[in-house]
Amino acid sequence: MAETADQFFVILQHWLVGHAPASLQAILSALLSVAAILGVFASLFAITTVFERKGLGRMQNRYGPNRVGPFGFLQPLADGIKSLTKEDIVPQSADKVVHFLAPMMLVLAAFSLYAVLPIGRNMVLADLDAGVLFFFAVSSVMELTIFMAGWSSRNRYSLLGGMRAIAQMISYEVPLILTTVTVIMATGSLSTVTIVAKQAGYTGIVPHWFVFTPWGFAGFVLFMIASLAESNRSPFDLPEGESEIIAGYYVEYSGFKFALFFLGEYLGMFAISGLGITLFLGGWGAPLPFLAWVPSYLWFFAKLLAIIFFFIWVRGTLPRLRMDQLMNFAWKFMLPMALMNLVTAGVWHFLPQGVLRWIVCGLLVVVPYVVLGRGLMQDSKLGKRVYRFAE
Amino acid sequence: MLGEGIAKGLVETARNFFGSYSNKDRLTTVQFPEERLPQMEATRDFPFLVYDGGDWQSGLRCVACQICEKECPPKCIYIEKSKDKKPDFVGKQQFYPAVFNIDVSVCMSCQICVEVCPFEAIKMDTEFELSTDDRFGGLLWDKARLARPNEHYRQIHPTDAAVSDAILAEEKAKAEAKAKAATEAKTTPAPPNAPQSASGGTATQ
Repeated sequence: MAETADQFFVILQHWLVGHAPASLQAILSALLSVAAILGVFASLFAITTVFERKGLGRMQNRYGPNRVGPFGFLQPLADGIKSLTKEDIVPQSADKVVHFLAPMMLVLAAFSLYAVLPIGRNMVLADLDAGVLFFFAVSSVMELTIFMAGWSSRNRYSLLGGMRAIAQMISYEVPLILTTVTVIMATGSLSTVTIVAKQAGYTGIVPHWFVFTPWGFAGFVLFMIASLAESNRSPFDLPEGESEIIAGYYVEYSGFKFALFFLGEYLGMFAISGLGITLFLGGWGAPLPFLAWVPSYLWFFAKLLAIIFFFIWVRGTLPRLRMDQLMNFAWKFMLPMALMNLVTAGVWHFLPQGVLRWIVCGLLVVVPYVVLGRGLMQDSKLGKRVYRFAE
Repeated sequence: MLGEGIAKGLVETARNFFGSYSNKDRLTTVQFPEERLPQMEATRDFPFLVYDGGDWQSGLRCVACQICEKECPPKCIYIEKSKDKKPDFVGKQQFYPAVFNIDVSVCMSCQICVEVCPFEAIKMDTEFELSTDDRFGGLLWDKARLARPNEHYRQIHPTDAAVSDAILAEEKAKAEAKAKAATEAKTTPAPPNAPQSASGGTATQ
């Protein structure tokens, strides 16, 4: 019974495909998976927008949207109708082709990311041997589309936003990929399915997830920080920076193209959270051995929602960084930590199992953290701001 | 320690998040159409014309002196003086406004018309939900729309209305005393220097 529930969608797909002629079966199977991904993640986007607004509201001691439908949960529907019926304005001097292509390509790239994410047992669209590589290749297309949008609008704010986005994303892609490399070192595979399979099994009740190792924990934290920056979320939302450059690269987008940017951004966030789950949190695996009867895809989405909640929580807490703080943090803290983490992962691999490797690797994580933190804090002058000329 | 401040901040927002569900005092929002805060007594939005008695047309206090029309900073008042006269609250014959229009889309609620009015005829109302789908006719109010009984004024601004009523009562008493004196002067023979003093009085005016 548990087995059937777990494989329900796989069985359903096989049954549906079985009705088609043999020559069409392969393409129909792929189309069904694509349709499922489009439907599920687009509706997850809609739900997330309303939960985010309500959650942020509660963090600021106010009600969020609560007018449209029961408790305001039909708000995304109203937003969708609004953005569909709005006029689509293209600036006269804009590069019209690129301006049109940017939001389309962003959404296309964001959806392509889900091709390699294992959502449940046997539920992956394409089990590529170089799945992680594919993921990062496609996510760099997303950066490109953001710069396309910034450049083609022919607006100073857009261009500034695009430049900021490129600078930020290139800086944070380095620690992001370096932390991913530790997992690839541990599993010896670039395939996301193999990475999840390697994290199956339990010691007592503790699952063999990589987050429960010193290097995996440090890697997961670094990965989450970098993925916040990659998905342009607060506190790394400089490319949008409403209070500084209005809305950055999508100043000149209106109507449904604007909605597409939002969709693309959220899809990118879900995808990179999904990759974080796959790499460090055991993918669709159950957190406790006696909970293994719960269908695997439910675990994936539970973990995804938890990470999304954390992202919203961080957004409600932290103010936006300044550009120099952003760069300092990336190159002076994230990059050394990620490099140290590579060494830690290697040491963990070659030391025999036991208490010794926990102590050695734990020190290899904690000592650089404390030393780097001290070093960074020394330079920064915290306290009352002193003005040189104004007083 | 690096990250300490972030952890503190996260705890604070989490406290707000859960606290807002358990403790209603945290939510300061007033959900407007269903819940309303009581209005302050000094609340003011748009002017209205005060009338005494039951009939707004005969009881209107306005005498079409056009001071408010001239003083109105955004020029939203338009008055046409009548050809004939009608008695005011003390019985004196006065002009009345044949047309009195206020464009509330132009009005900036400054209350200057109220301050300059010597007849206590225009006052500020507290009504504010005045949206209409007719943006020209619907926002240009004529005197029928503007007229409100004095009881309404007493209700919305009791303190100001008491002051206003006192001023009018004083004026009325003064006018009655004057009329009484005039009738007494008519019945009793006038002193010989009376016409001279009267002419002297008009000269000083």
